[in-house]
Amino acid sequence: MAEQAFAVALRAVLERLGRAVTARILRLGFAARFFGYLLLHSGVAMRRFWLTIREIYFAGVLSLIIILVSGLFVGMVLGLQGYETLQRYGSSEALGILVALSLVRELGPVVAGLLFASRAGSAITAEIGLMKATEQIAAMEMMAVDPIARVVAPRFWAGVISMPLLAALFSATGIFGGYLVGVQLIGVDEGAFWSQMQAAVDFREDVLNGVIKSVVFGIAVSWIAVFEGYDAAPTAEGVSGATTRTVVTSSLAILALDFVLTAFMFTGGNAR
Amino acid sequence: MKRSVIDAWVGAFVAAGFGALLFLALKVGNLATFAPEDSYRVVARFGNIGGLKVRAPVKSAGVVVGRVAEIRFDNESYEAIVTLHIGSRYQFPRDTSAKIFTSGLLGEQYIGLEAGADGVMLKDGDRLRLTQSAVVLENLIGQFLYNRAAEGKEEKDAKK
Repeated sequence: MAEQAFAVALRAVLERLGRAVTARILRLGFAARFFGYLLLHSGVAMRRFWLTIREIYFAGVLSLIIILVSGLFVGMVLGLQGYETLQRYGSSEALGILVALSLVRELGPVVAGLLFASRAGSAITAEIGLMKATEQIAAMEMMAVDPIARVVAPRFWAGVISMPLLAALFSATGIFGGYLVGVQLIGVDEGAFWSQMQAAVDFREDVLNGVIKSVVFGIAVSWIAVFEGYDAAPTAEGVSGATTRTVVTSSLAILALDFVLTAFMFTGGNAR
Repeated sequence: MKRSVIDAWVGAFVAAGFGALLFLALKVGNLATFAPEDSYRVVARFGNIGGLKVRAPVKSAGVVVGRVAEIRFDNESYEAIVTLHIGSRYQFPRDTSAKIFTSGLLGEQYIGLEAGADGVMLKDGDRLRLTQSAVVLENLIGQFLYNRAAEGKEEKDAKK
């Protein structure tokens, strides 16, 4: 008897595990098909570009303040901490290299991506989810308006366009913050700060790779945000859960993608 | 909100974003200082390149005149073949010599060019014949210790 009960319990556990795995895979497949459909029906977002511009305003322009302020402070902290360490080795003039490379290669795209996911991604998810909960999306379908072309695609493309610009602004204000602290406050030589930076930062290797990173993050975050919104259960609870999932999933996606991209982009110079 | 206001804000945002990119490219990066298109290639062989890396600067009299473009290993002579891109503005005689230096005690390594006296200038694809390998710090220390040990032994022998 005991053995039979054990076998039943084991089977229940296995069933639950199997159901969880298939549900995840199904969702992943749905997300991929959603992405394909979204790309195929982006024509409206491009033809009626006003729709996308409006979303760039909400996703990009309204994120500017948080991006600029955090960029400035991240740069200033980098300046302080970098100076602390570098002056021990008597190379405080290399502060410009440290600030510029860490911002352009890593911190700019990654931190701007994380901020963008929590500031704009969550808003996109909540908006689409609420439109679904209040049956606006169903109403559009009734009027033969494709909600993916009319609602989802403009938000997606707005995110993809805004993200690289935000990351570039983040890096630029960060370098300015590092300059403020390093040169104006601590007194590192201004000429050495800029010239060493220019000698070490390569346009193609560093700046362009950073831009590529931010474009990839923009696609990932926008995709996750619109998908979670479109897939949300049409209740208050469902929308709040979807918003949380957007922030968590896109943050993890950014960090994981960043590792993969870095591994491809910045292998040592001698390796090739 | 009115459409024109949103348009203006988005326009300002996009302009600021591209401005930041331009700043990164010109002021932070080296796009303005060195254009790789306007250069010629020179090859040099070294017995040991130490820690030299691709994109390391090529300097003459302390001025950056080019970059290391490629580092290969020659399977026949067991030497390193280093390709240098030198800016077309900078012309060097054919008997110019190349040495690998280290900036500071622990700094990065670069190639120093010392102009010769030949009347014929280097052309694209030429080879620098006079080269000097990098100084490997470990070898230097090893040699120093060996010499000291040898001296100590001589002194002992003399006392006997």
